[in-house]
Amino acid sequence: MNNNETIMEVKNLVKYFPVAGETFGKSSLLKAVDDVSFTIKRGETLGLVGESGCGKTTVGRTIMRLYEPTSGKVIFKGKDIVSAKPNEMKSIRRQIQMIFQDPYASLNPRMTVSDIIGEPLDIHRLAKGNARKNRIHELLQMVGLNAEHATRYPHEFSGGQRQRIGIARALAVEPEFIICDEPISALDVSIQAQVINLLEELQENLGLTYLFIAHDLAMVKHISTQVAVMYLGKIVEIADSHELFANPQHPYTQALLSAIPTPDPKIAKEHKRIILEGDVPSPIDPPAGCRFHTRCRFAKDICAQQEPEFKGDSKHQVACHLI
Amino acid sequence: MTALLEVKDLRVSFFIPAGEVQAVRGISFTLEKGESLAIVGESGCGKSVTVQSIMRLLQSPPAKIAGGSILFQGKDLLKLSEREMEKVRGNEIGMIFQDPMTSLNPTMKIGKQIAEGVRMHRKVSTEDAKRRALEMENLVGLPHPERRYDQYPHEFSGGMRQRTMIAMSLACEPKLVIADEPTTALDVTIQAQILELMKDIQKRLDTAIILITHDLGIVADLCHRVVVMYAGKIIESGSIEDIFYNPQHPYTWGLLKSVPSIHSQEKRRLVPIPGQPPDLIKPPAGCAFMPRCKYAMKVCVEHDPADFQINNGHKAACWLLHPAAAAIKEAAELEARA
Ligand SMILES: Nc1ncnc2c1ncn2[C@@H]1O[C@H](COP(=O)(O)OP(=O)(O)OP(=O)(O)O)[C@@H](O)[C@H]1O
Ligand SMILES: Nc1ncnc2c1ncn2[C@@H]1O[C@H](COP(=O)(O)OP(=O)(O)O)[C@@H](O)[C@H]1O
Ligand code: SF4
Ligand code: SF4
Ligand SMILES: [Mg+2]
Ligand SMILES: [Mg+2]
Repeated sequence: MNNNETIMEVKNLVKYFPVAGETFGKSSLLKAVDDVSFTIKRGETLGLVGESGCGKTTVGRTIMRLYEPTSGKVIFKGKDIVSAKPNEMKSIRRQIQMIFQDPYASLNPRMTVSDIIGEPLDIHRLAKGNARKNRIHELLQMVGLNAEHATRYPHEFSGGQRQRIGIARALAVEPEFIICDEPISALDVSIQAQVINLLEELQENLGLTYLFIAHDLAMVKHISTQVAVMYLGKIVEIADSHELFANPQHPYTQALLSAIPTPDPKIAKEHKRIILEGDVPSPIDPPAGCRFHTRCRFAKDICAQQEPEFKGDSKHQVACHLI
Repeated sequence: MTALLEVKDLRVSFFIPAGEVQAVRGISFTLEKGESLAIVGESGCGKSVTVQSIMRLLQSPPAKIAGGSILFQGKDLLKLSEREMEKVRGNEIGMIFQDPMTSLNPTMKIGKQIAEGVRMHRKVSTEDAKRRALEMENLVGLPHPERRYDQYPHEFSGGMRQRTMIAMSLACEPKLVIADEPTTALDVTIQAQILELMKDIQKRLDTAIILITHDLGIVADLCHRVVVMYAGKIIESGSIEDIFYNPQHPYTWGLLKSVPSIHSQEKRRLVPIPGQPPDLIKPPAGCAFMPRCKYAMKVCVEHDPADFQINNGHKAACWLLHPAAAAIKEAAELEARA
């Protein structure tokens, strides 16, 4: 495995949604993702964190072209997905798969497990007859289920088992890149660890690359090589996972990390939280300059006027005027 | 001195077409004045049913309180008439839910909702109720209380709605507030605001709290004592120090080990608890955790473990704590807590 190969490069990605305006019915733009860039190396995991509505899912869906990007490039294995033609898109869709947050909603209740996992095999004409059946059993085994489960329906499974079925379906087409959008948020802690361990084992055995979207920062730290923090459609800080948690530079990252409750009474008692005032502003008319300035305790005049640029080296980049 | 709340051998079942779901299977715990108690455990283990029984909020049928008592300031809530219970709810015991939208009236102004709550339990004038509502809005940190008073719930963010719920639950100065996953639907930075608020209020008003959560971090931060539930029973209870630093039950070991720590330096594999909880329609005869327990012994299959006292206030229900299993327990503990 070539560890230095960049498999995914997202460049200045923008996704605006038109929304009906509140005044005079004039339509305006919701800036869900606004100039986002990152690269991911083969076999590694980029964790994408931030509060709900900051644009994480939109980044994932735009990469897969489930949403057409407003502008920007998504370069997968040297090829720009954004300008790919429909027939090229089909092969790319096979190489990039997605695992969703809600294992209940994302599986068709009227299909058996075998049909669910077999569907992508049929769409991409990967296996038929006995080979198809064997492949389905192999996939079930890979995710810790077994052949007996193939004839059952989703409602007969627990949340963790359903998430395994979703993972097996994603793996069916032998993807190289998987976007995991909050894959464990709906699961109990004891089951979360089962799914995380499975994702890690699969990554080691199959050389998979992950974009791992989550709001559980401890879990993101655990699974990621690199972590990007988003706020209101923008990445504000991106660094190697260990570095980001040991040495957060952006005031928003600092507040986010300090907000995590620690499962240790002694540490919890001494811990001083940075409490952010108010709520996240609307992405329809985001604050000018630094988008965080309305809640930042270090904001200066320049912060409301000028957007901060990224500074730092390849291991750690921060967009803040303080740096 | 009697405890503020004493739950004794509470049993609750749901009668559904498939059979009797034994949601709560004989639990007992006490809560002192001003104390903050966490109830933890995985989905479906009976946390919400327990607190809804205390509040007498369960629909019957399908629910039936099959046994036990709930003594609040010495009187058994299970014996009160619905009229008497209305005087307790929202007055002597306040309640905060996970999703504030379902408990707020969408067509009534926020301030009015708080004021109405006060007027339901106190003989006060409209003006005094309004004054109290504004005071409460202030207490929970709703910005611009006067302006907020006239807004509707949909105009509020999730965090502001939860602040409103807290204001309503505290308006009549209850002795006990029950919070069922009050921050689960919120983002971490908003959760941090609400947790600070709850801590501050508890200190100032000396209110006792029962907090349901599955986030052990919140427990460590906010609570004095913890009750760990599994499949409708309490399997371990103690002070937060007991539970975090000297856990005794294999399920508690599992819970603590399956979460990564933000503070850990080196990366280690998580240790999940294999399998899933049992079906409560046919709960097992022996220890309910047996199918998932690495240390299960013969006795665990047929005999439900007794409660063993570890120290004053720390109890666990596991056969490993029987003196006859001392050697196995020691080895298991070494391994599990490594
Ligand atoms: N109305 C109902 N009808 C039938 N069964 C019910 C009903 N409400 C709860 N139960 C069952 O009672 C048991 C305990 O449920 P409860 O809501 O107390 O779980 P919980 O510990 O609060 O879980 P969670 O963490 O998911 O909120 C579960 O088996 C549940 O399916
Ligand atoms: N299909 C859509 N149409 C309009 N707005 C959308 C759509 N999808 C997402 N948004 C908006 O874009 C912003 C980012 O959403 P999302 O990417 O889902 O956030 P996250 O995954 O970080 O919670 C939000 O304001 C959301 O309401
Ligand atoms: S640029 Fe200014 S407002 Fe933005 S995070 Fe830095 S200091 Fe705060
Ligand atoms: S009683 Fe037996 S099965 Fe139950 S937790 Fe203890 S050792 Fe495990
Ligand atoms: Mg999302
Ligand atoms: Mg519940």
